[in-house]
Amino acid sequence: MAKIGAVTGNEAVANAFRQVNPDVCAAYPITPSTEIMQRFTSYVSNGQVKTEMVLVESEHSAMSACIGAAVAGGRVVNATSSQGLALMWEMLFIASGMRLPIVLALVNRALSAPINIHADHSDGMGARDCGWIQLWSENAQEAYDNTIQAFRIAEQMDIRLPVMVNLDGFIISHSIERIEYLDDAQVADFVGEYKPLYPLLDIKNPVSYGPLILTNYYIEYRRAHYEVMTKVSEVVLGVARDFEKVSGRRYGLFDAYRLEDAEIGLVILNSAAGTSKDVIDGFRDRGIKAGLLKPRLFRPFPYQEVGDALKHLKAVCVLDRADAFGGSYGPMFMEIAASLYPYRERPVLINKIYGLGGRDYLPEHAELVLNELMEVAETGRVKTFKEYIGVRE
Amino acid sequence: MKITLKGWRELTPGVVITEAGSARRFKTGTWRTFRPRWIEENCIQCLFCWLYCPDMAVKVKDGKRAEFDYEFCKGCGICAVECPGKKGKKAIVMEEEEK
Repeated sequence: MAKIGAVTGNEAVANAFRQVNPDVCAAYPITPSTEIMQRFTSYVSNGQVKTEMVLVESEHSAMSACIGAAVAGGRVVNATSSQGLALMWEMLFIASGMRLPIVLALVNRALSAPINIHADHSDGMGARDCGWIQLWSENAQEAYDNTIQAFRIAEQMDIRLPVMVNLDGFIISHSIERIEYLDDAQVADFVGEYKPLYPLLDIKNPVSYGPLILTNYYIEYRRAHYEVMTKVSEVVLGVARDFEKVSGRRYGLFDAYRLEDAEIGLVILNSAAGTSKDVIDGFRDRGIKAGLLKPRLFRPFPYQEVGDALKHLKAVCVLDRADAFGGSYGPMFMEIAASLYPYRERPVLINKIYGLGGRDYLPEHAELVLNELMEVAETGRVKTFKEYIGVRE
Repeated sequence: MKITLKGWRELTPGVVITEAGSARRFKTGTWRTFRPRWIEENCIQCLFCWLYCPDMAVKVKDGKRAEFDYEFCKGCGICAVECPGKKGKKAIVMEEEEK
């Protein structure tokens, strides 16, 4: 019987970790992800999990310890935000290059300078090409569900890649929401017993990790990593089907909200998608065919499926909670543009940068964007391809 | 020297090496641009070349200097520098590798 609780996003993720009962956790606290590890370390102290908790001196060390524990043959978790992820940077590539199924909760927060602790996707977007799988979550329930599914995806024998589960700092991490927990036994059964691949502690079968790979093999390893990435979508969908059987909650590669017959649409990640859906309902009530696409699997990005879901629209606005300086458009916009490029008939695309450093994304903002899209759809003309929402002049 | 390289489909996940002592099969001889030549009549059997070789490219048989192992010799030339030779004549000389 599912237990219902009123919890913060951080508490939901910490509970997912508790239910999975990983072998090792190495972490260093950083706002707004701190509460995950604060709660998890108390589960360790209270004997509710059998996890070896390693308290380290930095995030670089945290990810290094996670890598060490994963090659030893353990199931490993970690949580961080913003500068913490930035400090893990070089180790992120090592975790993915060594194909280690580490699960990391990334509570999305802006990057310094100027220093800011609030919701922003610059941290996750900056690490989008580091070979990890990325799942993004709208609310506490999705963060909890994605965390549990992340273990199955990461540990699938054809995949063996680390997974980053993203949730918005403060808006989700610190707000209390209603969530449905699975039973501890259900989660234990769902993730199953951890099966290590080439564990260093299997002393009867000695292996070496981390050899020098020079010009004659490096590109072959990168090609092989790409091949693994091409298999991820199918695994994510398979795990989602199994998860639906246990939880009754359905997940896909993305959430297509009232998109089938839509003429105008928004593409938006995480918590702001919830606000946008309400506004879209209002437009639908007025007979305006508006829809929304909220990516869930951002790495590897399901280009074909996303392109297919959006190609029939007249105008689409991609909203980015991160900028990509020098890339001109936000990181999500570039993925959506790439998804639609193969189609001769495709929607007009515009890009809005919103909510940086935790600035509120309000229903009025979604309304303004949808009104602009109606005009673009009607005239086919675009005034500005990229704009910032709610910036003071 | 002909070495067969594996294709990307044949690689282990995570660059893991599943076999102990496999460095023996990493033939570094292809790195060589200069090749050491052993001139036996100038050799005093001091075995400095064996001692100084950073790889295991100088073979010793029954306590005596034997031929180079060209599958591993990277051509660094340390043996040729250290070789005292006999009466001013080196027992190891470096020669440009044939293209």
